[in-house]
Amino acid sequence: MKTKITGNNLYKIFGGDAAEAVALLRAGRTKDEIFAATGQTVGVHDVSFSVAEGEIFVVMGLSGSGKSTLVRMINGLIRPSAGEILIDGIDVAACSGEALRRVRREKVAMVFQHFALFPHKTVAQNVSFGLKIRGVGKAERRARAHAALEQVGLAARADSYPDELSGGMQQRVGLARGLASGPEVLLMDEPFSALDPLIRGDMQQELLELQRRLKKTIVFITHDLTEALTLGNTIAIMRNGAMVQTGTAQEIVGAPADDYVAAFTRDIDRSLVFTAASVAEAPEALDIGAVDAEGALARMEALGLDAIHVVEDGRLAGILTWRAAHAALRAGTPLGEAVLRDVPAAPPQARLFDLYPLASAGLPIALGDGKGGLAGVVRPQAVFARLSRKDAREKV
Amino acid sequence: MPSPADLVSIPFAAWVNLFVRDWLVPNFRPFFRSMQWPITQVLNGLSGFLNAVPMPVFAVALALIAWRTAGRGVALFTLVALSFIDMIGLWPETMTTLAMVVTAVLFCVVIGIPLGVAAARSDIVRAILRPVLDIMQTIPSFVYLVPIVMLFGVGVVPGIIATIIFALPPIIRLTDLGIRTVREDLTEAAEAFGATPWQMLVEVQFPLAMRTVMAGLNQTLMLALSMVVIAALIGAGGLGLTVFTGLGRLDVGNATAGGVGIVLIAIVLDRISQALGERRAPRAPTLMRTMRSLLSLRGAGGGTNEEEDPKRRKGV
Repeated sequence: MKTKITGNNLYKIFGGDAAEAVALLRAGRTKDEIFAATGQTVGVHDVSFSVAEGEIFVVMGLSGSGKSTLVRMINGLIRPSAGEILIDGIDVAACSGEALRRVRREKVAMVFQHFALFPHKTVAQNVSFGLKIRGVGKAERRARAHAALEQVGLAARADSYPDELSGGMQQRVGLARGLASGPEVLLMDEPFSALDPLIRGDMQQELLELQRRLKKTIVFITHDLTEALTLGNTIAIMRNGAMVQTGTAQEIVGAPADDYVAAFTRDIDRSLVFTAASVAEAPEALDIGAVDAEGALARMEALGLDAIHVVEDGRLAGILTWRAAHAALRAGTPLGEAVLRDVPAAPPQARLFDLYPLASAGLPIALGDGKGGLAGVVRPQAVFARLSRKDAREKV
Repeated sequence: MPSPADLVSIPFAAWVNLFVRDWLVPNFRPFFRSMQWPITQVLNGLSGFLNAVPMPVFAVALALIAWRTAGRGVALFTLVALSFIDMIGLWPETMTTLAMVVTAVLFCVVIGIPLGVAAARSDIVRAILRPVLDIMQTIPSFVYLVPIVMLFGVGVVPGIIATIIFALPPIIRLTDLGIRTVREDLTEAAEAFGATPWQMLVEVQFPLAMRTVMAGLNQTLMLALSMVVIAALIGAGGLGLTVFTGLGRLDVGNATAGGVGIVLIAIVLDRISQALGERRAPRAPTLMRTMRSLLSLRGAGGGTNEEEDPKRRKGV
């Protein structure tokens, strides 16, 4: 996929001469040592990242970890002390004020933690603010504001004032304001943190729904790992201004880079993070036309399986248990009659959470390859093994 | 007791005389004189207009303005106060004073708001302005009447210039304060959408600073009113002159009448300008609604508007 935003070796030092502090950091001194020596605060410490076009890149960290500073570097609200930020090849960290304004007007919009809606403007005027700044005419502004409000389900409140809306509604307006100018990149600085948990969950789902249609490149800041795992295609974890680990939800939870990340992931509902594919084994299947009961039993013995999937002309046909095959052998009935045609099956991207009801049958779960064939097999034991934390040795 | 005066005596007063009389006045008098021109024009226009408008028309008009901004109580008070002033025979003086105050405040706004904006934008401008404003506010008002007379002569316009100098600081300070206290996340949001400094000012900072700016305007107005009276000392007319001559002749009655006139006009202007600041501009009642609420006061019906009005005007 095409890279939309790249950050290379970014530093941000607050207060005083940045060059000195950057030199000290490069020499391996810590944040606290620098504060003691120079009184300067390290905001961001040697961060490099890249965001692919159309993905949700979540930066997760506690307060003071530098995540808000990092996101403000992307639209130049904060200029890095060293390093470069490229959006479509334009270096935002070094470009002129005019060029930066153009990037902000045309490419990058932002959604704020405390909504930052203008209290003296109506909802529609708030939403069309970016367009007004850009010099778009009144009628078109109104039309595009309505279209954006339509997307977040607030078209009816266009003429209300922000303080007449609930928190969730206000942030929807914030989101609509971000979308109205048609940006390619949406920066979201803890947009849902100020909302109560139920509304937050709704907004997360709505954002995913919107993203399926709009395919923006989103940089999303949060301090909530669950939110990060729900939304992020890629998740970066920040601590003390540095990026500790970057990866998919499964990589972060499955193989935390250090104790800090591990501590975060401890209380995560792993069944929502891992997919069926992550616990799948290579498919072993019998071709029903090619074996008899004796051959089938021998194969199961050899593989140590209680049940094995059966394919017919390359398509999944059913499952044969050891017991049924044994019975068929003794009774001398055709093997085909012993095959259970009703197989528990799921797509490879299904979450473990979705496998619970299938696993209850006690039979291996077939993962389809989308064309009727067998892409993998999940044994119920493997689901539970993955849910327990102490399985770092397993592949991710 | 020995004192420093035994060692050195500084002829400070003589130096100031030298500076003002022998250098400033001869060299810059034409410049200072030409500064009077715009003020004279505005004052003559206003004064002519206010004195030409018949008293009842003006009183009703001001009461209507008070109604729309500050509610019916203030409107009623305006009518009563203006009628009283007319009845005690001070109407022409009041109009002269009003013309002077409005002229002074107009120039304060034109000078003060841009200076306030500049001070809010630049710490250097602010650092330069602050001591100047401090001096302007601490010098007793009588003190600068002398150099004003030297530079501008006596009369109404020099009186207004003294008033402008005296009343200018609050509007500068509060414009500065208002803009600096606009919520940072809002200016950040405007910046994030690519606003230029001018767009930021017009779209976000100034509208949000409006309440504070209006509080500054209210202060400026009150200071102007008090200074306009003192300016009677250098030949400005109006209610100040009534008080001043009353004082000179130990005529308690006339001096008190002039004082009461000033107090009444001050209360009316204060209430209206305060209400202007507290009102939320985009939600100001439309003309139609005002007319309807006017009707609903007289008639029995129209309860819906009456229910909303007190809420919008709370705190006035």
